[in-house]
Amino acid sequence: MTRRLNPARIGIYILLILFAIVFLVPVYVLLVSSLKTFAEVQDLSKLWKPPQGFNLESFRTAWSGIPEKGLRGLSRNLLNSVYLTVPATLLSSMLGSLNGYVLSKWKFRGANVIFPLMLFGMFIPYQSVLIPLTQTLGTIGLGGTLWGLILVHVVYGIPITTLIFRNYYAEVPTEMIEAARIDGAGILGVYWRVMFPLSLPGFVVVIIWQFTNIWNGFLFAVSILQKPELQPITVALRNLAGSQIKEWNMVMAGTLIAAIPTLLIYIVLGRFFIRGLLAGSVKG
Amino acid sequence: MSHARRERWIAFLMVLPSIILIAIFVYGFIAWTTTVSLSKWDGVEPDYTWAGLENFKQLFTKEGGVSAKRFNIDLWNTLFFTVLFMLACVVFGLLLAILLDQRVKGEGIFRTIYLFPMALSFVVTGVVWQWIFAPGTSTRLRGVNALLHAVGLDALRWKWFTETNEIWHFHVALIPVIIAAAWQLIGYTMAMYLAGLRGIPEELREAARVDGASEIGIYRHVVMPLLRPITFSALIVLGHTSLKIFDLVYTMTGSGPGFATDVPGIFMFETTFQGNHYAQGATISVIMLLMVALVIIPYLIYTFRQEVEL
Repeated sequence: MTRRLNPARIGIYILLILFAIVFLVPVYVLLVSSLKTFAEVQDLSKLWKPPQGFNLESFRTAWSGIPEKGLRGLSRNLLNSVYLTVPATLLSSMLGSLNGYVLSKWKFRGANVIFPLMLFGMFIPYQSVLIPLTQTLGTIGLGGTLWGLILVHVVYGIPITTLIFRNYYAEVPTEMIEAARIDGAGILGVYWRVMFPLSLPGFVVVIIWQFTNIWNGFLFAVSILQKPELQPITVALRNLAGSQIKEWNMVMAGTLIAAIPTLLIYIVLGRFFIRGLLAGSVKG
Repeated sequence: MSHARRERWIAFLMVLPSIILIAIFVYGFIAWTTTVSLSKWDGVEPDYTWAGLENFKQLFTKEGGVSAKRFNIDLWNTLFFTVLFMLACVVFGLLLAILLDQRVKGEGIFRTIYLFPMALSFVVTGVVWQWIFAPGTSTRLRGVNALLHAVGLDALRWKWFTETNEIWHFHVALIPVIIAAAWQLIGYTMAMYLAGLRGIPEELREAARVDGASEIGIYRHVVMPLLRPITFSALIVLGHTSLKIFDLVYTMTGSGPGFATDVPGIFMFETTFQGNHYAQGATISVIMLLMVALVIIPYLIYTFRQEVEL
């Protein structure tokens, strides 16, 4: 195939660049608006223009709020998101690893029925479990708490983490397991000696996937956590953006703060992110 | 007990906690929600008095008044949203994948740009696109309208997601929301197609070339048929996403004027947690579940039957 620049190839590049520009418009909007002062952002004639200076005031306000105006900062909510996302991600990854191991290498009778039944759980609209969920969490004393929300994310993370690990472990040659068994390893021994040491790339994919999903999640959090000081950053951000008096520079700064952790992961570990993404369509 | 049997038991016990959790939190809770949808629970305190299909009747017949009207709009909105959103994602996702498959320089950069929205929360997307499509007023134009005015294209200005007009049952206010949703998921669709394209052996294309097929002909007759299963998977993922969409619309526009951008997810959330109409909320979510199940269950059966055959 010729790779010289002929008109057709120039056309391809023009299209690709045009799409890239369109895709980056929201990023431009975020950066430009958040770097403006309140007076600048109010000037609608300069709505789309870059800021006059490099002003970080909006980030400071979004981060620590204006207590005298009763405006809460997002710092607390960012921390809540960390407290929520880290344990929920680790727990659901470990569960997924165990399940994936058993369901790929130790298929017991009925495993081929149980697995699809499990997978169905990742497709359901979560609205269809919200009412029993809030009731149950209240009954077991976890209503309105971060621990309750962690439990919820761990449980509803089981299908996808199991799926990714199952597909991942299916690639491990059975000979390696048989060799370990000849050495006398049992089901748990095989896991610790053979599977777990091989699991690092699998764990990276699953941890990135779960971290992104839980960090970005909204419906469970907004339904379970009523106290503003407990809410994760997505819920706090939506409240900030939904308020009547909107200081757009601050809202955009807050949006960037909420987006940066998952964006960083995507930029640094994009390869693994895409693998998780493609695993989500059942067939990896 | 023999050694092998004992290990089978351990295997089962290892997944048992997950099985129990899924049994309760998915299947048990769905049954529970269905019970609520058949009850008279309308207030903070649970009330499981049998109501039969009354709640469903209220959503689907004139007796339901505003609720029925709202739900009717919700269903039409879901239909149009789903179809247009899937169409946009598949068309642009495939186009970008094919363009990137032409051995372009800087492929990695382009791919990163098209796919980064997938790393964001729907809430983040909602906030930014709300700013972009906020119409402002005729004296204080905002967002795209301000941009259109600046370049002299005032004729193209409109009220975007605050528009109440509808074409047949299609609320045009949904268009900006569909654009935002497509912006977020086109990259994902592209990644699926790109993985598919990379999985096609070069020999197949080479053979077609030897037979005298043109580059376009190769795409039409060799590549596209092989991508069909990917289109199928993409439509399932996109379809079930849009049938239950909530975060994005709730953040970006809410219900909109006259429920122009309302979806069942918003109705369910508001009526349950703000209105305490639990039975109605449960009814809406049962209908949402049925819609998603109609798409997902055949897909799961199809996928696993194939796996067993392999």
